[in-house]
Amino acid sequence: MARTISYREAINEALAQEMERDPRVIVMGEDNAGGAGSPGEDDAWGGVLGVTKGLYHRFPGRVLDTPISESAFIGAAIGAATRGMRPVAELMFIDFMGVCFDQIFNQAAKFRYMFGGRAITPVTVRTMYGAGLRAAAQHSQSLYPIFTHIPGLKVVLPSSPYEAKGLMIQSIRDDDPVIFCEHKMLYDTVGEVPEESYAIPFGEAGIVREGGDVTVVAFGRMVGMAEQAAGQLAGDGIECEVIDPRTTSPLDTETILESVESTGRLVVVDEATPRCNMATDVCALVAQEAFGALRAPVQMVTAPHAPVPFSDALEDLYIPDPQRIANAVKSVAGWKR
Amino acid sequence: MTVRGLAVPKWGLSMTTGRILAWLVSEGAEVEEGTELAEIDTDKINGVLESPWPGVVRRIVAPVGATVPVGAVIAVIAPAGAAEEEVERVAAEARERLAAGVVPEESGAVFGTVEVEGRQICYATLGEGPEVIVLVHGYGGDKDSWLFVQEPLARRHTVHAIDLPGHGGSGKRVEDFESLTGAVAGFLDAIGAPPAHLVGHSLGGAVVAAVAAARPDRVRSLTLVAPAGFGTEIDAGYVRAFAAASSRRELKPQLGKLFADPGQVTGRLVDDLLRYKRLDGVAEALKTVSESMLDGDRQAIDVTALHAGLAVPTVVMWGGSDRILPYGGAGRPPGVRLVDGAGHMVHMEAPAAVVAAVEESVEAADST
Repeated sequence: MARTISYREAINEALAQEMERDPRVIVMGEDNAGGAGSPGEDDAWGGVLGVTKGLYHRFPGRVLDTPISESAFIGAAIGAATRGMRPVAELMFIDFMGVCFDQIFNQAAKFRYMFGGRAITPVTVRTMYGAGLRAAAQHSQSLYPIFTHIPGLKVVLPSSPYEAKGLMIQSIRDDDPVIFCEHKMLYDTVGEVPEESYAIPFGEAGIVREGGDVTVVAFGRMVGMAEQAAGQLAGDGIECEVIDPRTTSPLDTETILESVESTGRLVVVDEATPRCNMATDVCALVAQEAFGALRAPVQMVTAPHAPVPFSDALEDLYIPDPQRIANAVKSVAGWKR
Repeated sequence: MTVRGLAVPKWGLSMTTGRILAWLVSEGAEVEEGTELAEIDTDKINGVLESPWPGVVRRIVAPVGATVPVGAVIAVIAPAGAAEEEVERVAAEARERLAAGVVPEESGAVFGTVEVEGRQICYATLGEGPEVIVLVHGYGGDKDSWLFVQEPLARRHTVHAIDLPGHGGSGKRVEDFESLTGAVAGFLDAIGAPPAHLVGHSLGGAVVAAVAAARPDRVRSLTLVAPAGFGTEIDAGYVRAFAAASSRRELKPQLGKLFADPGQVTGRLVDDLLRYKRLDGVAEALKTVSESMLDGDRQAIDVTALHAGLAVPTVVMWGGSDRILPYGGAGRPPGVRLVDGAGHMVHMEAPAAVVAAVEESVEAADST
């Protein structure tokens, strides 16, 4: 039976159920317990925003606090994966990828290919992304397009509690390295989630709302924004089909193309900065594969090409919102040659 | 003279609002119990709301296109002679509540689980009449598939809809056909119900016939809706493809075969089924159940002889456009009531006919 829980609880439940099912699953990262080994301080944090809370005592010896050295513990997790473990390592903020990127893109992503398919690297890297938490330019970026660029990595952007649990379970069971991107502003959002374990396959988009006028492809937190915009637009007689690709790599190109074939209009909503992001990628796909179906120019709704500002007012303007999405949809719906 | 507000029914567990697609009557129309009043969209499927009472449609409160919460009053039905002031009072209150977006308290189904042979069996109960009705879904279905049937039956009876093993919220372990019949018999024992009226669709029809044969003391009547186990013809390709489908693209065309009008298959229906199919253990359960149903491309389950030996009143009905278990196949039982315009999902496509058949079974049991 399904009940209503938060995005944070959904990820925690996925980790707990997989640790229960498979002894090879371990959890590691900075403050994942938050005091492991210090009497009276055990499980003080459960991760910086509390996602791994409670696992330390349920799974003794399998929740590891690590030093503040991403290159060391991400490397250790990748190494453990090559030796048969199924580690879930928390790279706290996606902004910190720079210090451990060699481990991820030059090592983990390459093993399957360089060893002729005879090596697997079933590591999951959990990481937080996105603006809105007043955390400034070094803790607010949406860097998932950089991971998406690397062949050999799978990149996951859950948009709701249901997606978060099922995609986390699939990430752990998957034999390839997975970058699991959690949006900080979604942790307290709630939704219906089955108590039982379930895996959502990678590369299969969700159709969040059906509609025949404009295809809106949105990623991660932007899915909810697009749904809000679609709700408003329905009142104006414009029906949006809102697509949540769920994973940027692999990308469900078929669902996107099928939808554009029927609507002839495309808006892509991506919180990442606009050069070489998911919006440009999807627009290029549609321009190449469905040019004949297009009845209006494509529109991209993204952050500006600038670091995330620390000023509250500017940060709010920086993030795509339902109004900007609605404006973009109206502009493609009303476009005349 | 009773002036009553007609509420949006809760058709299924996930329904929270309904959108009014069309009114099939106008203000002033005289209606009987069962007269079709409105078409309502539940996200999952479109249903027809029938009048629960005879009377005159005195006011239509919610217009076509409105999305209203379950339980909200959308029309006022009263006898022709009822006072205009009282009718207007009820209508005004309903309009006010709709405008304010008041969400009524739900008096929906009560959910429960019982343990049968080490398996958890989930069920939903609605109504509190003296006669007990148990609804048993088909292959790949669940208790929610009775969405249009459970609610009208519950006006007079206690109606349980259960999830068979491997389905819905029930335990996913399933070994064979006998584990399904055992679960239903065990459910009847576990809830301590008096002898019940069993209603089964498709595979569930074969299940309830077998339960009646094994435990005649527990069963008062049978209503079999496009039941499996009578004759050998079946769309085996559907059975296998449904078990194997893991994506929307694979599943949606299969589901279209279930209905006379494949347009009945909405995105929500497909998504709900995918959510079920992703649960751990479901793939194995469906594989086991599908294998137990088939012998090559024919039906492996045969309850014809079991059923022939039964003394309980039975009504059998079939959709005239059934493509899964086509009615014309050899070995279908005699005395079948054909429902024109319905496919395999008679209880979703022509729920009023199924409700009437169950009521008839209940009456037949009373008179024996």
